[in-house]
Amino acid sequence: MSLLELKNVTLKFGGLTAVNDVSFAVEEGEVFALVGPNGAGKSTIFNMISRFYTPYSGDILFEGKSILNKAPHEIAGLGIARTFQNIELFEQASVLQNMLVGRYTHRRSNFLTELLFTPFVRREEHRHREAVEKAIDFLDLQPYREKLIAGLPYGVRKVVEMGRALAIQPKLLLLDEPASGLSVEETQDVAFWIEDIKKVMGITVLMVEHDMHLVSSVCDRVLALADGKKLALGTPREVQTDPRVVEAYLGSDEEEAA
Amino acid sequence: MRIVFKTTYEADIRLFKHGAQAFWYALLLIVAVAAPFLLGDFLTGEATNVLIWAICGMGLMLLVGQSGQASLGHAAFMAIGAYSCVLLESAGVPFILALPLGGIITGIAGGLFALPVTRLHGIYLAIATLAVSVMMEDVIVLAEPLTGGVNGLIAPDIEIFGVNFNRYGNASGLYWLILAIAILIVLAYRNIQRSPLGRAFAAVRDSEISAQAMGINVARTKATAFAISTFMTGIGGALMGHFAGVFNQETFNLVISINLILMIVIGGLGTIHGAFLGAVVIGFLPQAIAFARDGLGSIFHFGSIAIPGLETGIFGTILILFILFEPLGIYGRWVKIRTYFELFPFARRDMFRRQKSYLKTERIR
Repeated sequence: MSLLELKNVTLKFGGLTAVNDVSFAVEEGEVFALVGPNGAGKSTIFNMISRFYTPYSGDILFEGKSILNKAPHEIAGLGIARTFQNIELFEQASVLQNMLVGRYTHRRSNFLTELLFTPFVRREEHRHREAVEKAIDFLDLQPYREKLIAGLPYGVRKVVEMGRALAIQPKLLLLDEPASGLSVEETQDVAFWIEDIKKVMGITVLMVEHDMHLVSSVCDRVLALADGKKLALGTPREVQTDPRVVEAYLGSDEEEAA
Repeated sequence: MRIVFKTTYEADIRLFKHGAQAFWYALLLIVAVAAPFLLGDFLTGEATNVLIWAICGMGLMLLVGQSGQASLGHAAFMAIGAYSCVLLESAGVPFILALPLGGIITGIAGGLFALPVTRLHGIYLAIATLAVSVMMEDVIVLAEPLTGGVNGLIAPDIEIFGVNFNRYGNASGLYWLILAIAILIVLAYRNIQRSPLGRAFAAVRDSEISAQAMGINVARTKATAFAISTFMTGIGGALMGHFAGVFNQETFNLVISINLILMIVIGGLGTIHGAFLGAVVIGFLPQAIAFARDGLGSIFHFGSIAIPGLETGIFGTILILFILFEPLGIYGRWVKIRTYFELFPFARRDMFRRQKSYLKTERIR
């Protein structure tokens, strides 16, 4: 059984078919990338898995069960964490608080015990903090713990968002362009982290990425999309050399002639 | 500047950051408890009034400052608190039960109101809550058999275990009672801030979309914020009803809602200190204006004529000046001054300037 499976998923915005009959399966323990030119439907697929969009037809299965009957806020509880292309952090809170929000799915106290801050809530806070500290150590975020997001540079925000997703302790991590806007050195860090997320933490990764160097160095399999349609699926090398993919990125000879 | 070397996670969980802070708050508590001995009965009464405003203000502060929902109609919830508490008392429920019950009734009303209304954002939410405040006045007048209509209700003296807390007979007793309630509410507020619920509020305030991705049920969290906020405000309203002695729909009209908003903005959004500092301004400014008017009147010989709209005008001017020059309120200004002296001479002008955030164009709602 695949961890995540999309079956003939189609999504239409009015007359525009953003995702057209796409099927693929992400196996447990692999790093899977979605690539394609802008507007190919990669982020749209992410937003369908997060249940922000509902597919027009088709089904999305996580651990063999359909998630289409779930609300967006129930997805994290299943073990699917995500980051956003444009960084959606909680601006007026510290890095630590942001990452602690990632522990919300592990919340066992209710608002009455929290109002009284019972010893149980205190123990829970320690437990959450320990989990967050692991993510902070993993991503080397120690210098920024107390800083407000609003004052942080772009590269750090990107990492904090990844840390917040890891604090959920998910089974599947969706990374929406983890390396966009990062320097070469920062991208190298991201590559290492993705390797470790896969090998050490045992978390399956599904990512959207334009940086083909990063994709070919960390990904096991790649799905190329164009105009919402599936073009090619295979190892990074197979996909990069696929004539249909080359055509989608660079245009065909016939077009050039015309 | 004091640097706290944190050696346990507890350092980020406990209420006071370090011993010196605990000392200052203990000193403040002692001063607050001793106040009735230093002030006369009149000023003790005024201080009680300020505390009641602060309790109502904390309710609104939690909603606006913590969870980012606007409300221009919190006077309506003060009214619900006051009427339900006094009606319970007239049905024979003792005050010590009627007050929390009144708060709970208000909280339930607030939560139910929030479920449909918090689907709205920004200005639309503000207008919906404004409508509640306007409607509440009419509802109170129309529900005359219950509320006494325009004649209002007479709040009985507060009595707990045989001790009478009459405003005039036992001014210091009433002050201490309300101080104790205010401290309990501050504690509850702090507990929320340091627990998962408080972080969920902040998450909903800053990015609903990513709050959802973190597993937070946005609608329910907003309703919870409204419920806790209106619970606190309802308690404050009940105390205000008792403090006023007689109250009707006018006691909780739209101006009170606006005053509450003014209060938390002037005091400093998002902080408990802000609620108290704002309450001091709202509580004493009318007196200060009256004093100033009488003083100027005797100098320039125009007598003590009433100038219509003077108070509202001055409140409005102060609010505009704060929004323009100190959006962080009195508390924000205090933090800046304190930092200046702590770091002297190394404080920089732009220390509190926040970096603009980018890439917010493609948000999904």
